[in-house]
Amino acid sequence: MENSATYLMYIPLFPLLGAVIIGLMHVFTCKRPIFEKFYGIIACIGPILSFVLALRVFFNLKGMPEEGRYLIQKAFTWFQVGDLDVAMGFLADPLSSLMLLFVTFIGSLIHIYSIGYMGGEKNYAKFFAYLNLFLGSMLVLVLGDSPVVMFVGWEGVGLCSYLLISFYTTETENVIAGNKAFIVNRIGDLGFVLGMSFLFWAIGAHGFDYMALKANAHHLAPGVALTVCLLLFVGATGKSAQIPLYVWLPDAMAGPTPVSALIHAATMVTAGVYMVARFSFIYAHVPVAGSIVAWVGILTALLAAIFGMFQDDIKKVLAYSTVSQLGYMFAGVGVAAYSAGIFHVFTHAFFKALLFLGAGAVIYAMHHQQNIWKMGGLKKKMPITYYTMVIGALALAGCPFFSGFFSKDEILFMALANGHWGIWLVGVAVAGMTAYYTFRMIFVVFHGEPRDQHAYDHAHEAPLVMTLPLIILAVGALFAGYLNLPAIFGGDQEVTHWLAPVVVEHHPHVSKFVELLAMCASIVAFIIGIRLAWQRFGKGAEEPTFSGFTEFAYHKFYVDELYDSVFVQPYKRIGGAIRNAIEPNVTDAPIKLVSQLYMMVGQAFKVFQVGFVRVYAIYMIVGLSVMSLILSFSLN
Amino acid sequence: MIHSYLMVSVILFCIGMLGVISRRNVFTVFMSIELMLNAANLAFVAFSRLHESMDGHVLALMVMAVAAAEAALALAVVILLHKHKGKLDTNVFSLLKG
Repeated sequence: MENSATYLMYIPLFPLLGAVIIGLMHVFTCKRPIFEKFYGIIACIGPILSFVLALRVFFNLKGMPEEGRYLIQKAFTWFQVGDLDVAMGFLADPLSSLMLLFVTFIGSLIHIYSIGYMGGEKNYAKFFAYLNLFLGSMLVLVLGDSPVVMFVGWEGVGLCSYLLISFYTTETENVIAGNKAFIVNRIGDLGFVLGMSFLFWAIGAHGFDYMALKANAHHLAPGVALTVCLLLFVGATGKSAQIPLYVWLPDAMAGPTPVSALIHAATMVTAGVYMVARFSFIYAHVPVAGSIVAWVGILTALLAAIFGMFQDDIKKVLAYSTVSQLGYMFAGVGVAAYSAGIFHVFTHAFFKALLFLGAGAVIYAMHHQQNIWKMGGLKKKMPITYYTMVIGALALAGCPFFSGFFSKDEILFMALANGHWGIWLVGVAVAGMTAYYTFRMIFVVFHGEPRDQHAYDHAHEAPLVMTLPLIILAVGALFAGYLNLPAIFGGDQEVTHWLAPVVVEHHPHVSKFVELLAMCASIVAFIIGIRLAWQRFGKGAEEPTFSGFTEFAYHKFYVDELYDSVFVQPYKRIGGAIRNAIEPNVTDAPIKLVSQLYMMVGQAFKVFQVGFVRVYAIYMIVGLSVMSLILSFSLN
Repeated sequence: MIHSYLMVSVILFCIGMLGVISRRNVFTVFMSIELMLNAANLAFVAFSRLHESMDGHVLALMVMAVAAAEAALALAVVILLHKHKGKLDTNVFSLLKG
């Protein structure tokens, strides 16, 4: 077959194999760590090989005619139920190949960076095994040719995020954060499973891979389609940290910084956006579902931007910026601008990985100090980190001609063009807030006078193995946007055309004037944001005290506390009630009764065990006599 | 003819059995067991004679060998019991009482 490829399965297989090899080596040599130096290098091989294969996939697809641009591999039959035959199948089409490229590329860079960052840590090998497993799961998620295979990867990244967030198991706090991520994700997973089941119930009879589903999507009744869309979106809110399930992501900062970078840039959080784009053939039939997705997204963006403005942990600022940017992406896919949403995933991966790795370098230099109010003036000490991070920050803030500007603007413009001007308005405001909180962080950390002289004196630039990924990512953050240059700048939207065969979207025609006006609005918002940040923090500022609304925002609107009192505590109380009332009386009582019965029988038979040898001899003689009698009677 | 032999055998066996049940001295119990074994031997030989085959003889020899081995083992156990409690009364050894 023309569209079959036998090498697709190796893309996820390489990192998974790496995980197994490192894991086994660790198990057998953890008493005497002899390979400690090599684990990092072994871990890098898998992702890099996957990246090479991803390139091959990309160029193969490019050489194909636009209509039949897909590669399929059915590795083996996973299970058979009745007529349903679920294969462990992999599908590479323009959408998944784009995801593949940046997931493997950025994943590889983060692996390389981790060699430097994690050097000398305990459980070095375990970390790399998990990291490889994480990337492998994500690749299964991206490449899966049916929702079922996707779900395998979906659960895999959930598991790995749990393992890696609570990697420093010595602190209770980290373990709680890991549990929180896992449990919140489970809620989302339930939505995903239900959505998948509904979809199967409705149109699963003629095959359950994406090709068949896409062909049969028009058979869906509107009500069912809406239900499926919303349930799948619940799954996406869990994995991609949207309202109401975003609470796990900021806490996920408990993990090592490269893990945060991996979660935020290449794996995990982009899964939800990818999934919605993947199911665009259903979402396209239900505009209501799209609107809900878009509004949830943009409100998340707003909320997270508000929180981001008041954080004092460098990683928390970045975490909320991720939540906020994910909100943009959902706004994009919600208004049926799937290519814009995916393009923002793509550019965001570069600059967010860059910012996290830069923050990691700062934390590394400051001896694991994460509070920005303990830093300051680091510009002179860490020039490479400073300049690369400024590039990342400019891209994140949406500075014109940086990558984030093109992708974010595309989303906002598409929202406006499709008539969602409310979303556009909020989006522009959030763009300003993004510029403000990003540069607040940059100014406080790198400008002004050092706030902690001792830590400042010991600060130093990170080693080459860490700065090299930063520089590569900075180049990406600068130029990734030009891949999808809009027509207004003389580009021809390569990414949009590339994704056109896969995602179902239509491009409304809007005059150039409106497009320019929309662009100017976001540029103005950017300038206002960055100017405010400069005024307040540019020349060095003291740690502010919060009161009124700002205090409310500093405590993140007490959402965690609200969830705790509304969901967690009642749940615990119900559990306690069951334990105290139902368990002892209903489930345990019959079992205890049975054991007591045996006790009573034992007590009754105890009298025969007198302990004297003579008496046992009598029992034996009596028994033998009775047996002989019975035998002699039966013989006669 | 065979009757008389069997009667002697049964009587010997019953004496041994009663000894095992009623006596408390370990040695007496042990000797009673030997008595029971020899009663069985007598029956074997008698039947062997009746059927004019050597099977019974073989078995009787075998029982003697087993009895000799058992005696060696049992006497060792008796010595240990005596060391442990300083007595040869079977009623003293009742650890298995329920």
